[in-house]
Amino acid sequence: MTALPLILTVFVACAVEATEALTIVLASGLTREWRSTFQGMAVALVVLAVVVAAVGPALTLVPLASLRLVVGALLAIFGVQWLRKAILRATGYKSLHDEAGAYQREVAAAKAAAVTSRRGVGDWYAFTLSFKGVLLEGLEVVFIVITFGDNQRDLGAAVIGAAAAVLVVAAVGIAVRAPLAKLPENAMKFAVGIMLTSFGVFWGAEGTGVSWPGNDLALLVLVPVVAVVSLGYTMLLRQRPGAGAPGAGPAVARPSGEVVSP
Amino acid sequence: MKRLRAIGAFWYDFVVGDDWRVAAVVVVALAATAVLFRAAGVNAWWLLPACVFAALGWSLRRATGKLDR
Repeated sequence: MTALPLILTVFVACAVEATEALTIVLASGLTREWRSTFQGMAVALVVLAVVVAAVGPALTLVPLASLRLVVGALLAIFGVQWLRKAILRATGYKSLHDEAGAYQREVAAAKAAAVTSRRGVGDWYAFTLSFKGVLLEGLEVVFIVITFGDNQRDLGAAVIGAAAAVLVVAAVGIAVRAPLAKLPENAMKFAVGIMLTSFGVFWGAEGTGVSWPGNDLALLVLVPVVAVVSLGYTMLLRQRPGAGAPGAGPAVARPSGEVVSP
Repeated sequence: MKRLRAIGAFWYDFVVGDDWRVAAVVVVALAATAVLFRAAGVNAWWLLPACVFAALGWSLRRATGKLDR
C-alpha cells in the first residue's frame, strides 16, 4: 500500500478528534483565561508525548501477526461503533453531534465555575478543562497514529497525516475563533467508520493466519464493500416508520432506550 | 476504589463502546477464523467481514427497534 491512503485516513480520523479538542480549548480560553488554558494544554501534550515514547517503541517489538490480530480486532470494534452512530444520526434515530451546542454547554459551565488558584495555576478550572479535553481526544489521535503507522510499518506517514490534521484544525480554529460547527462531522465520521472497519477486518483476519485474495489489493475491494453495506443499512432504516430527518434525534414520545449524546 | 472504577469505565467505553455485542461478535469471529485455518486448513478470510456486517445490522436493529416501539 502506498503512503497516501494511510496519510488521508489518519488525517480525516485525527481531524474529527482535533475538532472536539478545539471546541473545549476555545470554550475554556475565551470564557476563562488563556494562560491557564494553555498550561492545561501543554501538560496534556507532555503526557501524550510520554505515552507515545513509551508505547511506540514497545509495539515495534511485538510480532506483526499478533499486533495485527489485536489491533485489527480493536479497529473493527471501533469502526462498527462509529458506523453505527453515523447511521443512526443519518436516519434521525440519534441527534447529530453539535459542536456549536457542545461549545455553548462548555461556555455556560465555565462561566458558572468559581476561580480558584492551585499549584501555580491561575485558574484551576480552565487548566483541568483544557487538560482533560486535549488528553482524551489526544489519546484517540495517538491510538490511531500508532496502530495505523505500526501496522503499515510507516509511522512517519501516519504522523504526517495526524500533524497535518491538528495543524489545519488549529489554524482554522484560531482564524475563526469559534468551534468548527459547519464541518460535515457526521459525513466525516461515516468515512472514518468505513476506513477503521475495513482496515480492522483486513488486519484482524491476516492476524489469524488467513491470506486475502490479492493480498493488499483486497483492501481496494473491502473499503467500497463496507461503504455499500453501510449505505444499504442507512437506506433500509430511512424507510422505517420511526426514521426522521438526518440528525433530528429521537422524538420525545419515544422511550429513551437509546442514549442520546449530542 | 472510586478512581479505579472511573478508569475502568473510561477504558470500557473507549474500547467496547455503546454495544458490547459488537465487540463479542468480532472476538468470536476472529477466534473461529483462526480455528478454521489452523485446525481445518480453511482460508476463511470471508468469515470476519460477514460477521461484522451481520453485527452492524443486528446492533442497528436493536437500537432502532427500541425506539420504534
